[in-house]
Amino acid sequence: MTATAVRRAVAQAPATDLQLAAHRARIRRMVWIRLGQFFVALFVIGGWQWFTAAGWVDKFFFGQPTGIWNSLVHLFTVGTAFGSIWENLWVTVQEALLGFLLGTSAGVVVGILLGSNRYLASVFGPYIKIVNSVPRIVLGSIFIVAFGLGVFPKVLLAAVLVFFVVFFNAFQGVREVDQNLVANVRVLGASPLQVARHVTIPSAMTWIIASLHTAFGFAIIGALVAEVLGATHGIGLIISQAQGSFDPDTVFACMVITSVFTLLAEYLITLLERSILRWRPPNRSESQAI
Amino acid sequence: MVETSTPHVAKPGAEDEARINIVGLTKRYLTPKGEVFTAIRDVTLTVEPGQFCAIVGPTGCGKSTTLAQVSGLEQPSSGSVSVGNQIVDGITRGVSYMFQADALFPWKSVLGNVMIGPLLLGTPKAEATGLAKDWLRRVGLAGFEDRFPHQLSGGMRKRVAMAAALINNPRILLMDEPFGALDVQTKAIMQTELLQLWEELRPSVLFITHDLDEAVALSDRVVIMTSSPGSVKDIFDIDLPRPRGDVQHIRHEQRFLELQGQIWESLKDEVTRAYERSAAVAA
Repeated sequence: MTATAVRRAVAQAPATDLQLAAHRARIRRMVWIRLGQFFVALFVIGGWQWFTAAGWVDKFFFGQPTGIWNSLVHLFTVGTAFGSIWENLWVTVQEALLGFLLGTSAGVVVGILLGSNRYLASVFGPYIKIVNSVPRIVLGSIFIVAFGLGVFPKVLLAAVLVFFVVFFNAFQGVREVDQNLVANVRVLGASPLQVARHVTIPSAMTWIIASLHTAFGFAIIGALVAEVLGATHGIGLIISQAQGSFDPDTVFACMVITSVFTLLAEYLITLLERSILRWRPPNRSESQAI
Repeated sequence: MVETSTPHVAKPGAEDEARINIVGLTKRYLTPKGEVFTAIRDVTLTVEPGQFCAIVGPTGCGKSTTLAQVSGLEQPSSGSVSVGNQIVDGITRGVSYMFQADALFPWKSVLGNVMIGPLLLGTPKAEATGLAKDWLRRVGLAGFEDRFPHQLSGGMRKRVAMAAALINNPRILLMDEPFGALDVQTKAIMQTELLQLWEELRPSVLFITHDLDEAVALSDRVVIMTSSPGSVKDIFDIDLPRPRGDVQHIRHEQRFLELQGQIWESLKDEVTRAYERSAAVAA
């Protein structure tokens, strides 16, 4: 009995050693990655600060990290000429979110419709290509003129930008549906609506969700550009005012604020992706981890 | 010794319901270039109720096309298919299909995959769940209800597909090389299990395969098809006694080897011809 216990202990010892070593290696790897990331930031921001402080690059045009920081502090403590920064951020966020929702739902519906109906796809296909080739950002000017300086034209521009991204993905997703699966449920007696519910939509979901990451970026761009073109509130307005008064630091500060918000939204979309696509083998979503 | 070799009779009263009658079936496709391609020509074939019929033939001889016409997924160019006494002109009711690629929903759990059949027939969810659990137990997958297909091995996925195909108690089971992608050992196990389940339910089966051993071991009747355009070349009745039990053992029986030899003689020419044709295209 003691003999077996000893043998077992001997057999286990290298295993725990190996585990420990693996654990240590993993921590070491993590530390190196964080260190590398820190030095990249230090290199870029520190270099920027140094170059502008030394006068090799003119901070009047290109701003300066400390200036951006001061400007951020100013925005959050003193506010802007158009109310507090929170008020303006909320207007932009609202526009982006509404545009995102509108564009996404329209894109999904139209994408699935055209994806599953060859006739409609052939009829509308060329027109969609034409509209897609138009620089849609210019539509912002028309929307501002037509609908005024309120929230609606911004929502519309964001939605137009989002629509095409989501539409093309939903369309492709429907086209890539495994025909075996469709045949299978049809033989089991599924109606066209049931085929859509059980096969087409869940299958296209992978593509649609993947497009949401890009689409949200476009929603923010749409809202900001429309605000720059003309608004009474919003981050875009602050940016265009700062541009008018030669204040690059505030422009950069606004960029930082919107980036933080976009990262937050991105995180929420990733959570959504994980919960909807939890049936997928894990390695596929890991490749998108970056 | 209740089972005899011929003829197999399914549930009483349901005999005619499960008869497949294929008469003069021809299917032509338009290729994208606008040419007419004849996949099968003048196929005539009857599958008796409760009979296990295998179709063997060289690659591209229209075996799958034949199944698609029986299921009603496609419509014949000429000739007719009738199931029971009804001409097929839409999706045939009471048919299940099993494909080579496992046609499982990757986004549904194992349980969800099996219960889709009854759900589409309008069975209440609770009842369908119970039925699906029972079927998973029958194919040896109790305890795997919550897994997703990608978490299962190839053999387990086939079991799920088999449960999903049989849960509606189909009168006709169409199988398109269902075990083609499995390794040899798993294949033998799945064949034995399929035979057991078939003995219980006795649907009529149309079973497509490249594997002559598989065809002889499982079927009552083996149909040899010619190379493209496919038509029926020969029909062999397999008089091996039922129930056949373990497929691995049948392969060594004297009668099995005789039948296998006869059928290979017939199949050989077609396979050679199909091979020469593809070699000529490649050259």
